[in-house]
Amino acid sequence: MRIVYSLIIEAAQIAVVLAVAPAFVGWVRMLKCRAQGRASAGILQPYRDLRRLFYKDVVLAGNASWIFRSAPYVAFGATVLAGAIIPVISTDLPLGLTADVIALVAVFAIARFFTALAGMDIGTAFGGMGSSREMMVASLAEPAMLMSVFTISLVAGSTTLSEMVRVITSGQFVFRPSMALALMAFVLIGIAETGRIPVDNPATHLELTMIHEAMVLEYSGRHLALIEWAGMIKLFLFASLGVALFVPWGIGGPHEVFMVPVAVVSLAIKLGIVGVCLVLVETRLAKMRIFQVPEFLGVAFILATLGMLSFFMLE
Amino acid sequence: MTLPTPLAVAFFTALIFIIMAVVSPLLASRQASLIRIAFFFSVVACIMGLYAGFSVVLSGQAETLTLPIGLPDLPFYLRLDALSGFFFTITSLLGLFVSVYSFGYVKGLLDRRPVTSFVVFYNLFMAGMLLVLMADDAYFFMISWELMTVSSFFLVCFEDESLEARRAAFIYLLIAHVGAMTILLAFGILAGFAAGFESFRGFTFEAMRTASIPRSWASIAFVLAFFGFAAKAGVIPMHVWLPEAHPAAPSNVSALMSGVMLKVAIYGIVRLAFDIFPITAWWWGGLVLCLGLVSAVMGILYALMQVDLKRLLAYSSVENVGIIMISLGLAMLFKFHNLNLLAALALTASLYHCLNHALFKGLLFMGAGAILHSTHERNMERMGGLIHRMPQTALVFLAGCLAVSALPPFNGFVSEWLAFQAFLQSSVLPGQVLKLLSPLGAALLALAAAMSARCFVKVYGVVFLGRWRGQGQCQAQETGLAMRAGMWLAAGACLALGVFPTLVIGWMDTVTNELTGAGLKASAQAYGWLWLTPVSAARASYSGPLVFAVIAVVILAAYLVFHSRKGVVRRSAVWDCGYPGLTNRMQYNSTSFAMPLRRIFGSLLIIKETVRPCDVTRPAAFQERFTYEVKVLDRVWYIFYKPLTQAVFWIARHATRLQNGRIQIYLMYSLITLIVLLVFS
Repeated sequence: MRIVYSLIIEAAQIAVVLAVAPAFVGWVRMLKCRAQGRASAGILQPYRDLRRLFYKDVVLAGNASWIFRSAPYVAFGATVLAGAIIPVISTDLPLGLTADVIALVAVFAIARFFTALAGMDIGTAFGGMGSSREMMVASLAEPAMLMSVFTISLVAGSTTLSEMVRVITSGQFVFRPSMALALMAFVLIGIAETGRIPVDNPATHLELTMIHEAMVLEYSGRHLALIEWAGMIKLFLFASLGVALFVPWGIGGPHEVFMVPVAVVSLAIKLGIVGVCLVLVETRLAKMRIFQVPEFLGVAFILATLGMLSFFMLE
Repeated sequence: MTLPTPLAVAFFTALIFIIMAVVSPLLASRQASLIRIAFFFSVVACIMGLYAGFSVVLSGQAETLTLPIGLPDLPFYLRLDALSGFFFTITSLLGLFVSVYSFGYVKGLLDRRPVTSFVVFYNLFMAGMLLVLMADDAYFFMISWELMTVSSFFLVCFEDESLEARRAAFIYLLIAHVGAMTILLAFGILAGFAAGFESFRGFTFEAMRTASIPRSWASIAFVLAFFGFAAKAGVIPMHVWLPEAHPAAPSNVSALMSGVMLKVAIYGIVRLAFDIFPITAWWWGGLVLCLGLVSAVMGILYALMQVDLKRLLAYSSVENVGIIMISLGLAMLFKFHNLNLLAALALTASLYHCLNHALFKGLLFMGAGAILHSTHERNMERMGGLIHRMPQTALVFLAGCLAVSALPPFNGFVSEWLAFQAFLQSSVLPGQVLKLLSPLGAALLALAAAMSARCFVKVYGVVFLGRWRGQGQCQAQETGLAMRAGMWLAAGACLALGVFPTLVIGWMDTVTNELTGAGLKASAQAYGWLWLTPVSAARASYSGPLVFAVIAVVILAAYLVFHSRKGVVRRSAVWDCGYPGLTNRMQYNSTSFAMPLRRIFGSLLIIKETVRPCDVTRPAAFQERFTYEVKVLDRVWYIFYKPLTQAVFWIARHATRLQNGRIQIYLMYSLITLIVLLVFS
């Protein structure tokens, strides 16, 4: 019975991740339109985009290899696996033990590795540029991300996400300087990893400002649909991961059936707030030059390292 | 019928290699059959060695044997325990794959020159490495060590018509011998304290284990031995021979040198620090950890800057040796503070990475050899699009790239994950310096791991993807069956070690039990073979099989769903932004891919960029074509080695004044010497 319940929760969570991620992106876009005084296409526009792409034919470049054709699937698979691990609505996830937070970072890295390879596959300057820049951002963001989550796992005494959530929600709320530093670092990394302003601009198609978009420029049809969808899930997951690590209150524990609706509602509220913050950042700041990104990520890296250091020194 | 003991099998493995080395010259007139026979026996010997190593690790029973050969009163002592069995397994496993690969590869060398000397030294090299692992006394250890060094020297300069290869081999021999000398000095100190400086009895490891050594002398011995082994392992700043020797050597030798020989040096450190004498000062571990961190970060930075594929792989070996050293240093720190379980965790991470690195780097060097074989090119700026010409090589090379980038479900990830777990436990270590060191260490390890992914996206993207960048049409062909088989085996092993880490750690349990008195088997396998839980399930867990399975299922599901509507897949020309005339030279290449990093970390490297106009008659502002050149030099060379060589030359110049060619002066030297000796005797 227990295992059946867990499996149902796991399936429900994957369904939520797959289904709600476009809505979250739609919500952010809608807010952004409002903030910039434009009319918005509504919260459901990302669903329509995906549907349209799904029905379109695929156009492949002449020399595209199997790497190019399989990369969207691998990226999508890895991202969905990440969605099965992060406690979004409940910590009672059978797959949650599959990978801890270190492996989670690596799972995101799989998706990026293949997308970057796909960018190099066609042999245009665009794709290579996108891959090179994406990997530059990633190679600096990933260690910072690891350091940030390490700080929390040191506090929780575990690297398993469910366990981290359990430990943080079970005790009294204590203000810890290490957690505050880790949170600051995590926000900066989240912005960089999901390709938002000021690091990258998801809405642009100007070559000089693109990072992620340059890499996937050659994609079309269902491949593009998968990549876009995986991107949406990634944004959703980063927001939920931040929520799970820093404000986990409201996520259901093991066998708490009644908590599931509460968890869904609290998730919606929290993500709504995250969306507002994201839009505020995106409308207030201009995109920075590409070679300021390392400094931006360097700050995140140092903040996260300081967080871990303060744990080692003070706690 | 009783099976021969593992030590006997191991001994016969080494013996087969030695016999083949002796017999090979007799077959020199028939090169093709020489290759077939030599590598057939090499495969057989490796399978025997694999059995010996595997079974001794499984049982954990140490065996000893005394061979009454060598000098009178100095017999050879042989011993095979779990630790040497583990490294024996690594050597035989990669040796097996490389031997299979060599059937094809060495045949390719035959076009240029006879390969008899190659076969002889290849066999001696394998024998030397295996004997080092079996040696149980300093004397036999040094003989085997020299056998390994000298035979690999001859393999590095196999293509001795090129100046580059000769120079590389010379640097290698020089550094290896400085290293061997310090190791010998360290053994001298140990033997002296074991049985006094007049007696020969102290030279066995058994005597050294029981010797009581004063702390200061133990530290001196450790530092000497560490530098000797580190020089062989390629730890920065003693790594300079690696990026020279690996490109010069034939690729199967590079695979063995990088995959196995560096591990034999690490075996030396582990044997010394965990077995022969106790760790008596915390800074030993700190030293190993710090040099490991420097090697890991600088190694991968230099790797990213390279355009020569094999040079890049050599620098990546420096990085991986650094990662091994990081975990090893942590293990030493834990051991010093008597935290045995944590020491076992860190040591498992270190040894597992030894195994993993041997396999994936062996695979990548074999892949580089396959590319070299079919394109005759080492420079990545003149490659591209090989995935269309060499589909199978491309697939296995991708496995190698994923493994070296520490991506699940491949093996590189597991050992780095264990290393991170060890770091996260290091808050129990006492002392402010260590508390400062561990977060910084974790940060640098994370940086190195992330950079390594970037580096291998570059390698794969530039070599296999895109379009051909070289002159004319790409003539590359898929390599032969033997070479592909060797690579497929290695790739399969990489995946298996990544998907079933729990079984491997259970198997390795005897090694950590022997060295630290604690094992991970009970906790790691507490939840069955599916879950790897190194300390406890609440602490951390990872399931290689499930990561693999879930991603595969999602990919399959997505494929089925997205192919439910039969879409049309159309091929068309690449979008050229409306400017026709894209050429293959306009692609991103290795140099441009690494450009952002050159800019970010430029201050750590020596970068020489020159832009010259092609047409000198025109003014600079109206040039149409430019020549761009970028050189990235190893700063270590200029900090440590340049001053050293200059000092040696200076001393040599001044010492020549003694030799002025006049016999009277020389006679006077003799007279003075005689008087001095008479006065002081």
